Amino acid sequence: MKNTLKFAASLAVIAATSASAASITGKIKLTGEAPAPREITPITADKMCGALHSKPVMTRTYVVGADKGLANVAVYIKEGLPAGKTYTAPATKPLIDQVGCIYEPFISAAMVGQTIDIKNSDSFMHNVNCQAKINKGFNFAQATKGQVNPKSFDKPELAVKLICNVHPWMSGYVHVFDHPFFAVTDKDGNFSISGDLPDGKYTLEANHLKSGLVTGTVEVKGGKAELNLDLAVK
Amino acid sequence: MSTNRHSRSLFRFATFVALATLGLVCLGGLVTSKGVGMAVPDWPTSFGYNMFALPISTWKTGGIFDEHTHRVWASSVGLLVVVLTRWIGGPASRRPLFLVGAAELALGSALLLGAGVNWKGEGHFLLGIGGVVLAAAAVPWRNSPASATAIRMAWLAFWVVQIQGSLGGLRVVLDQWTVAGTTGGILFGILHGCLGQLFFGLLAALTVHLSPWWRPESWRRMPFPAPTLGLVATFLVLGQLMLGLLMRHQHAGLAIPDLPLAYGQLWPATDAASLARYAAARTDVDSLTAFQVQIHMLHRMNALLALGAVTALFSKARNLPSGHPLRTLATVWFSLTATQFVLGVLTVLFGKPADIATAHVAVGSLSLSTGLLNSWITWTGRSAGSESLPVSIPGLIPQMTRPGRAL
Repeated sequence: MKNTLKFAASLAVIAATSASAASITGKIKLTGEAPAPREITPITADKMCGALHSKPVMTRTYVVGADKGLANVAVYIKEGLPAGKTYTAPATKPLIDQVGCIYEPFISAAMVGQTIDIKNSDSFMHNVNCQAKINKGFNFAQATKGQVNPKSFDKPELAVKLICNVHPWMSGYVHVFDHPFFAVTDKDGNFSISGDLPDGKYTLEANHLKSGLVTGTVEVKGGKAELNLDLAVK
Repeated sequence: MSTNRHSRSLFRFATFVALATLGLVCLGGLVTSKGVGMAVPDWPTSFGYNMFALPISTWKTGGIFDEHTHRVWASSVGLLVVVLTRWIGGPASRRPLFLVGAAELALGSALLLGAGVNWKGEGHFLLGIGGVVLAAAAVPWRNSPASATAIRMAWLAFWVVQIQGSLGGLRVVLDQWTVAGTTGGILFGILHGCLGQLFFGLLAALTVHLSPWWRPESWRRMPFPAPTLGLVATFLVLGQLMLGLLMRHQHAGLAIPDLPLAYGQLWPATDAASLARYAAARTDVDSLTAFQVQIHMLHRMNALLALGAVTALFSKARNLPSGHPLRTLATVWFSLTATQFVLGVLTVLFGKPADIATAHVAVGSLSLSTGLLNSWITWTGRSAGSESLPVSIPGLIPQMTRPGRAL
């Protein structure tokens, strides 16, 4: 009897886990001809930064990969999550690195309260000036190679801009959400949102700095769904 | 040292201070144009170092070079203005300098001991400037004071340079502070920029006042026109400088990249869809705001008005007799304004290169100073004509000295 109960409990746990672990995958494509990237000439002109690059460094406004997939698009659930439900920030720490006088990645995403590690991988000074509009901004210097400063945001906010005033061409963005269902597209425009997501209908929004916003609806069934969206060159 | 030699030295020193200030204004414009104003996040320390002890290797890094040089240069101008105040004021200035210096030391100490972290910087600043002022008060040199007008102007410059330094510091320390939707960085940055232009105008006027060229006695028999047109032109140039400054702080210098049209139109649309379309077609900006586009357009429109007003003044001044100070000044002003107009056009067409943009700031400052001088000379000349000279009445105010001539 005792073993039967244990077995039943195990089955219940497995069933519950498989029901809640869901993923939404898809691809964001760009329609239209993206303007050609422009060389960031001040990097080459700067003695210290220029020495770190053997090739011209280009703007990352439109990064288009295979099959017109658009990189650096934040994709997130906009509607459909259970009302009033709150989520705990993941323990993982997204890394924003300053390397070769550019921000890597260009676009990041994090949840409210989630720790973001901001690192300087260059051997000289950068400052990280956060120009948040809803959250509290900050500005600090990172003088040494390998220095990491943990930061987090208190409120949801799209496209929080980070700049370095020492090297004014340097900028990066962080999207901050009040739930963990978000992703940033990879170099080929692919994304995957996973987590404790019940089956049901959801509205997703894709957000690109230049192309703007596009929304689409998707139904998660059996923990899976796919959504492909198009963003147009503006 | 004879009075004349002493006055010549004072004039040369004032010229040096004014030129140093012009350089400082240009450097300030460069810092804002490049967006490096926050490259050093603390003030008056730089990365925790005493400003004058920052390692050269850090100083040379990227935008730190512009921002830190601006700070060191500004401190030097502050020191020079304190020296100028002591020199122009003579021994009589020692007592007020002592009182001000002591008060600044006391206030600075109080801020360091009791104020919040945002105000500690002001405490350090007051301690530093207070020490310099006390040192100036301690100089026992029994030099002759300059004219009462020069003394008043020097004391005004003394206070303005300190307020200006504080505003520059607050621009850094309160950068993230928000009031009425505006950040402290923008608010104090704009105030700092405005006061900087006026401060240079004040020092330029003081320098001309101390120069051999300033001879109101000889203007007594000259005709002086009504001041209206000169005042209108000066206000237009002042407005133009303020608009330019606002553009720099809003990074709107290239909000419109084409010229003479604006995105192919006489006046570009500023609705959200049009702005998004303009920004999307460019790789050099992430986004554009209606304010950036509008302020840029106002700067263009006001440039035409200012050029028109100065040209009209120049045309009228051609009727004045040869050697008339306003005729000379109008020629200089017209040349500066025309040059400024061309520099403005080149700034847009060449994508705001640092050298052209800096020259645009420098010539703008000189243009405003010339306008202020034009109005002051008009007022002084008209007063001299009515036998009520505001300055330099031989025998009445013996301490008033003029370079190159005896009282």
